Amino acid sequence: MERVTGVNIVPHFCRIEDKPLDFYNDFNIIALGLDSVEARSYINAVACSFLEYDENDNPKEETIKPMVDGGTEGFKGHARVIIPGKTPCFECTIWLFPPQVKFPLCTLAETPRTAAHCIEYAHLIKWDEVHGGKAFDPDDPDQMQWVYKEAVKRAELFGIPGVTYSLTQGVVKNIIPAIASTNAIISAACALETLKIVSGCSKTLSNYLTYNGVEGLHTKVTEFVKDKDCLVCGPGVLIELDTSCTLQKFIEQLEEHPKLHLSKASVTHEGKNLYMQAPPVLEEMTRSNLLLSLFELMGKVPSGTVHATGTSTKNDKKTSGSRKLRVAFKGVNGMTDMDTAGGA
Amino acid sequence: MAEPKIKYDRHFGQAALEKASVCLLNCGPTGSETIKNLVLGGIGSITVVDGSKVEVGDLGNNFMVDETSLGESKAKCVCAFLQELNDAVKAKFIEEFPEKLIESSPSFFSQFTLVIATQLVEEKMIKIDKICREANVKLVFARSYGLTGLVRVSVKEHPVIESKPDHFLDDLRLNNPWPELKRFVESIDINVSDPVAHKHIPYVVILVKMAEEWAQSHSGTLPLTREEKKAFKDLLRSRMSGFDEDNYKEAVDASFKLFAPRGISLNLMRILNDTCAEIDSNSTDFWVMVAACCNEFVAQEGAGEVPLEGSIPDMTSSTEHYVNLQKVYQSKAEADFLAMEKHVQSLLKNIGRDPSSISKMTIKSFCKNARKLTVCRYQMIEEEFNSPNLSELQKYLTDEEYSMAVGFYILLRAVDRFAANYNCFPGQFDGEMDEDISRLKTLAVSLLSDLGCNGSILTEDLINEICRFGASELHAVATFIGGIASQEVIKLITKQFIPMTGTFVFNGIDHKSQLLLL
Repeated sequence: MERVTGVNIVPHFCRIEDKPLDFYNDFNIIALGLDSVEARSYINAVACSFLEYDENDNPKEETIKPMVDGGTEGFKGHARVIIPGKTPCFECTIWLFPPQVKFPLCTLAETPRTAAHCIEYAHLIKWDEVHGGKAFDPDDPDQMQWVYKEAVKRAELFGIPGVTYSLTQGVVKNIIPAIASTNAIISAACALETLKIVSGCSKTLSNYLTYNGVEGLHTKVTEFVKDKDCLVCGPGVLIELDTSCTLQKFIEQLEEHPKLHLSKASVTHEGKNLYMQAPPVLEEMTRSNLLLSLFELMGKVPSGTVHATGTSTKNDKKTSGSRKLRVAFKGVNGMTDMDTAGGA
Repeated sequence: MAEPKIKYDRHFGQAALEKASVCLLNCGPTGSETIKNLVLGGIGSITVVDGSKVEVGDLGNNFMVDETSLGESKAKCVCAFLQELNDAVKAKFIEEFPEKLIESSPSFFSQFTLVIATQLVEEKMIKIDKICREANVKLVFARSYGLTGLVRVSVKEHPVIESKPDHFLDDLRLNNPWPELKRFVESIDINVSDPVAHKHIPYVVILVKMAEEWAQSHSGTLPLTREEKKAFKDLLRSRMSGFDEDNYKEAVDASFKLFAPRGISLNLMRILNDTCAEIDSNSTDFWVMVAACCNEFVAQEGAGEVPLEGSIPDMTSSTEHYVNLQKVYQSKAEADFLAMEKHVQSLLKNIGRDPSSISKMTIKSFCKNARKLTVCRYQMIEEEFNSPNLSELQKYLTDEEYSMAVGFYILLRAVDRFAANYNCFPGQFDGEMDEDISRLKTLAVSLLSDLGCNGSILTEDLINEICRFGASELHAVATFIGGIASQEVIKLITKQFIPMTGTFVFNGIDHKSQLLLL
């Protein structure tokens, strides 16, 4: 690189989901400069999918993929270190993120999707076009009415419902600009933590830093705790089975499992497809396994981990997801040991 | 993704930034990163002062120099790079050591709006502080040192009109409605039989009306005790004509706004009673407006209240009611502004100034933010260094949350004494570590005893750690410190948001950084 010799930077211009998992596995650390809960959730699930646990339910060091995450809104920001299996992952503390209300300008200009987008278009783009340089006063009802009417026009043009005067108020007054200094502070904190993890030159942030520069300056470190039942970073949901349980029965159980509600699951074990719902070719190839016992399919081990991918339903919302499941077979040697360790 | 851009209010913030002239002392990574954020934010002009040449070591921690800069003036190279980021900024450099300039030409600094002094040792900090305070130039210190560092603002007085706090009670005057608001409320029938109309009555109307009803049956008082407040909320619920009336739910949730005390908050009272509010021809615009507000407006038109803010939060309502309600608040705010303007003009005349020398826009902003006024004052660095608030210092030393930060604070001063004695910083040269550690320890102990904290000791670990830092300036730490420093600079220049008071001590080990009020 021109400014710093010895550094190799490779840009990838694509969606984060477009990369195969192996791509992410090649790195020692993943630093997140992401702008949405969904994107963070995705990368978090990817990093956690590399995590393996030993027979005592302790994370295997060599499979841990640390993440450093940061985000800013106006004069506020956060930076955090995620050591999957050791500190809470993004999903363990998903409740920290309130719904987002920030839109990129290009969305407003080109691909509005919601009523709020239409409102922000009228407020941020149209207003300047028409009033060139005159500051918008959100407390002036006439100006607010103007934005509201422009937003309605835009919504009609795009066939988007839901623009109301009250929503216009809410959206216009809540806009949070990006601020260079806040970004500098948060990115510095992320860079420093990444550097410390790589070099081991000092202990790291444990594990969540919040920063607020609105009134004076406040920084606070919170040590959040891991959700031991986390479906993403935990050792996996324990499912006890009889050795006679068939793969088909197992897949049906996943749908009824109170924590999983995973329907139409495809199941893999140590990289081998046990049953695949799609594509048809694979489905046909693996269909015969459905009638075999899972115990046999897993090589008659007392316990093991399988991955199930399917549609999970949570709060009436359907999402596709991958779940790690620890299967233990009743009455097989080794079973008691694992149970004791798991409960400790 | 769009370039990060600072967007402050066009009229005050951005214009103030564009007019500002900032001087940067030393352009190592800490200085460069601080000024970079200001250049990106559209600062008017910068002057970079640094006497050093670019060395190989600089390439490893400063993005604003590269290999072609080796042997060149660092100030010149950094300046050229900054200019590349934003060509609208007037960028100048002076190839001179700031330490020398402080000694030889103190008058040099009076041309600037603000000075950013980075990586200065204690003795020079004290000197530049005196120079800037004398010349009425704002000053921000920034220093990175290994995994620690500090930021400190030094300004005699910094009044903030647009403090923009995050959470502040809406200025609705529910418990003290003025005649027009009362009339508006009376014009709406809250017992309307049409269910659609009923659930679109704004909660402001509901609360004002119900408060009146309550007062009539409670000898003119509003709910005071917890029981009364609960009874009032129950009364509100009893008027709901269905379970899904959002406006009534909002009224219940917002009823605390009705119970809030009338009149002026303690915080504001302190400003209104400040001796500076007794104005003369030397008074600043801020204090003239404060005087107009407290001596005149509050006593006359305001009847115990400051000017109305004039904006209302969003609430369930028909558009018509909402817009009309907004207009009621807006016109009261406008009337209050006109009254304030008259008072300001006559006070200006009294003190021999041009009655129109404070712009309408400034007075309007003052009125809109009257409840949120803030005044920050900073003691001189020398005062803090020689006689810090001893009880606070002792409290910090024994408080687990603060002990590491205050330890760094003391040690950052001790390393300067070290440098004054031994011409280098502890741990800066290999092979002398053990000796440096014991020397630094001795200096830290004597510094603590000079400050009156006899018997306080810092942990061995912390002293070792400072020696391990060896006065290095890490890029990531410099960026953090620079980010904080630039943010405070922007607050000071735009006069928006509240700058930090005290000394910010960065802790890059576990991020338990602290603001120390000494």
